Amino acid sequence: MSSQDLKATSLADSIVPSRAFGEGAMSVEPGLGEKDMIINFGPQHPAMHGTLRLILRLNGEKVSGSEPDMGFLHTGFEKLGEYRTYNQYIVVTDRMNYFSAMANNTGFACAVEEMLGIEIPPRAAAIRVLMCELSRISDHILGIGLQGMDMGAFTPMLWSFIEREKIYDVFELTSGGRLTTSYTRVGGLAFDLPDGVEYRVRTFLDRLDDTVRDMEGMLARNRIFMDRTVGVGVLTREDAVAYGLSGPLARASGIDRDLRRDRPYLGYEQYDFEIPVFTDGCVYSRYQQRLAEIRESAKICRQVLDSMPSGEVNALGAKATLPSKDDVYTKMESLIQHFMLTMPGHGIKTPESGEIYHATESPNGELGWYLISDGTAVPYRVRVRPPSLFAFQAIPNMIQDKLVSDVVATMSSLNVIAGELDR
Amino acid sequence: MGLEDWLGNDFISTRIKDLLAWGRKNSLWPMPFGTACCAIELMATMSSRYDMARFGAEVVRFSPRQSDLLIVGGRVTLKMMPVLQRIWEQMPEPKWAISMGACASCGGVFDTYTMIQGVDQFIPIDVYIPGCPPRPENLIDAVRLIQDKVGKTEIQKLIDERTGIDNLARLESMDRRRAEEVKS
Amino acid sequence: MTSLPLADMGKIFAERRERAAESAARRVERERRLADAIAAWLGKDLVKREAFRDQQVIFVPLERLHETLAHCKNALGFDQLTDVTAYDTMKLEGDHPERFVMVYILTNLGQEARLRVKAYVPEDDPTVPTAHGLWVGADFPEREVYDMFGIEFPGHPNLKRLLLPEGYVGFPLRKDYPLRGRGERDNFPVVPRTRKATYE
Repeated sequence: MSSQDLKATSLADSIVPSRAFGEGAMSVEPGLGEKDMIINFGPQHPAMHGTLRLILRLNGEKVSGSEPDMGFLHTGFEKLGEYRTYNQYIVVTDRMNYFSAMANNTGFACAVEEMLGIEIPPRAAAIRVLMCELSRISDHILGIGLQGMDMGAFTPMLWSFIEREKIYDVFELTSGGRLTTSYTRVGGLAFDLPDGVEYRVRTFLDRLDDTVRDMEGMLARNRIFMDRTVGVGVLTREDAVAYGLSGPLARASGIDRDLRRDRPYLGYEQYDFEIPVFTDGCVYSRYQQRLAEIRESAKICRQVLDSMPSGEVNALGAKATLPSKDDVYTKMESLIQHFMLTMPGHGIKTPESGEIYHATESPNGELGWYLISDGTAVPYRVRVRPPSLFAFQAIPNMIQDKLVSDVVATMSSLNVIAGELDR
Repeated sequence: MGLEDWLGNDFISTRIKDLLAWGRKNSLWPMPFGTACCAIELMATMSSRYDMARFGAEVVRFSPRQSDLLIVGGRVTLKMMPVLQRIWEQMPEPKWAISMGACASCGGVFDTYTMIQGVDQFIPIDVYIPGCPPRPENLIDAVRLIQDKVGKTEIQKLIDERTGIDNLARLESMDRRRAEEVKS
Repeated sequence: MTSLPLADMGKIFAERRERAAESAARRVERERRLADAIAAWLGKDLVKREAFRDQQVIFVPLERLHETLAHCKNALGFDQLTDVTAYDTMKLEGDHPERFVMVYILTNLGQEARLRVKAYVPEDDPTVPTAHGLWVGADFPEREVYDMFGIEFPGHPNLKRLLLPEGYVGFPLRKDYPLRGRGERDNFPVVPRTRKATYE
């Protein structure tokens, strides 16, 4: 039987010409006669964190050029912001930095409150700080775990998932959701803290020291980890400033800036915490930076729990929060306020031509919100300033003339989260 | 009564296809196509608390050529859809697909210009999991449903049906050709 | 870990809040002075100046935009470009001479000050000189502005679409673009579950 016996229609008709890979000349295309090879690193790759694509031009194992490509998770958050009210948009903000959803919720709510000029009660501010710091611990510990996993150390990642599960328990008890919490509202919070939260957070914090010490023991003086990360993916301080970096990446490169200390919000000025800064700017110092920040966040959480003020969690005076159901059913003005906030066409009263840029210190860096209001209950423009975008564009600088394995190490240290990057 | 009593304690009786189906369903190799938040819940399902390895779906190899269960977890956008289709095409038969979460099943919270409103418009899906994101228990339940489905299928029939290879027609066409050759 | 005695906590917290409020007031003053310096440097070219919620905003004419950004960076110490974005004024109240507004958010790391520089961009010729020469970090945000609004940046090293696929037609964040798109999201080949092979 020769091969001409079987002439099935080829399956190639149904293989899609991939529109994700454009036909335009890429900036790393090698010329004729050059021996370099173009390799696609992503968007579906075991070592790629999320749907990111890096087009590498390789000379053997050395990277001679690279071009980052993104947009594989672009969902149109900014366009969606023009069609959802402020409180509805909080649900959407969860899905940006999905490692630490509470931080996004808090950032957006703080930005809207600053634009409206609302002052939230101290209890709401303290609870928000607690939730933000727990999400910071959760994001950093997973970042360290993933860094280890990319080098081949599988165990620290499993340990970090156990810690995250404990934090998920706390989030689930307060807001009802493990990952996507939607806990804050404009003017306060959705619910007050229920009873078991303080006990759970304290137990978690007591065990956290042991786990962090174990993970440090696994990785910090590990010969293989250090060989692969010390001096790799270096970003100098000038480059970090020029690229617009902020957060742990900037602090690992020597920029001493933290929005919690320099532009305090939500009462961060009251608590005692340090800002670790390392100067090497390599992958190892980013690992050390995140580890140190976990310890500082644990300190802040303990102080918040010790000093938790009592009282309301919603700014009742401002006409932006829903009154409690008892009042709605018994008092006339509460009924009217409830009506004005929930009916379409009414909603929160915003300034006629207000605009604000407010940034919070999210676990990845300076998460900025640029909001423009036009008097209606729906924003006119919502712009998210994602910290990952500025880190992502610095990649070609960091991996030029390095080996492919250094590319993996660098990518994992940046903690680029595609949901925030592409929005 | 019956064969088992007569055989005694050292033997079980079954049909070969059931035995193969039992082996296949308890060793599904998932291909996680995780894009967004559902990918984190997928990773949490694979970790120690909600251990997916108990159900056999432990070998997570990110290569489509080596897997039989595609788990689409997270939002799929315009730019990512051709990638998903390519990955689906690269997986060899028999293969099944789970659409995890609201965004993959129907577009979810995001009804915008880049979001595919439901991956099942372009890829055949076997099990849908609602939730945003679904709890790890939901994902384990979905894998269990796939296991039930796998346990009931006759694999050879499934492969033939899906790849369209009809052995009878192939043999007939070969016979026809041989007859033409002999005539000429 | 510093453990504060609970009784004094209230007093210490009140002191720290006061100190933070004072330093915030000083920062607002610094930002105002920096904005004054730019306004003075621009002279009569200054289009508008706003300070909603104590955040300084300067409107400059498009011809002087690049010079103003260079002056901010070199002379006034705004060494970090925090964001580059734009918005469409089509449905916004108030008088806006042109359709698009480019927004640059600058940060002075040394003095911890922020400034917003805006410029009106006409609809029929939406070109803005690139800020890539001043700050390397303007690379991707400008590509995104091009992708979402269609504003072009001559001088940009790699002006391609960033978030949407390369052949995409339309600029989504413009106000006349529908939220649900124009059908691109339904336009993919369907991979069937079963196939039929034919034999001859």
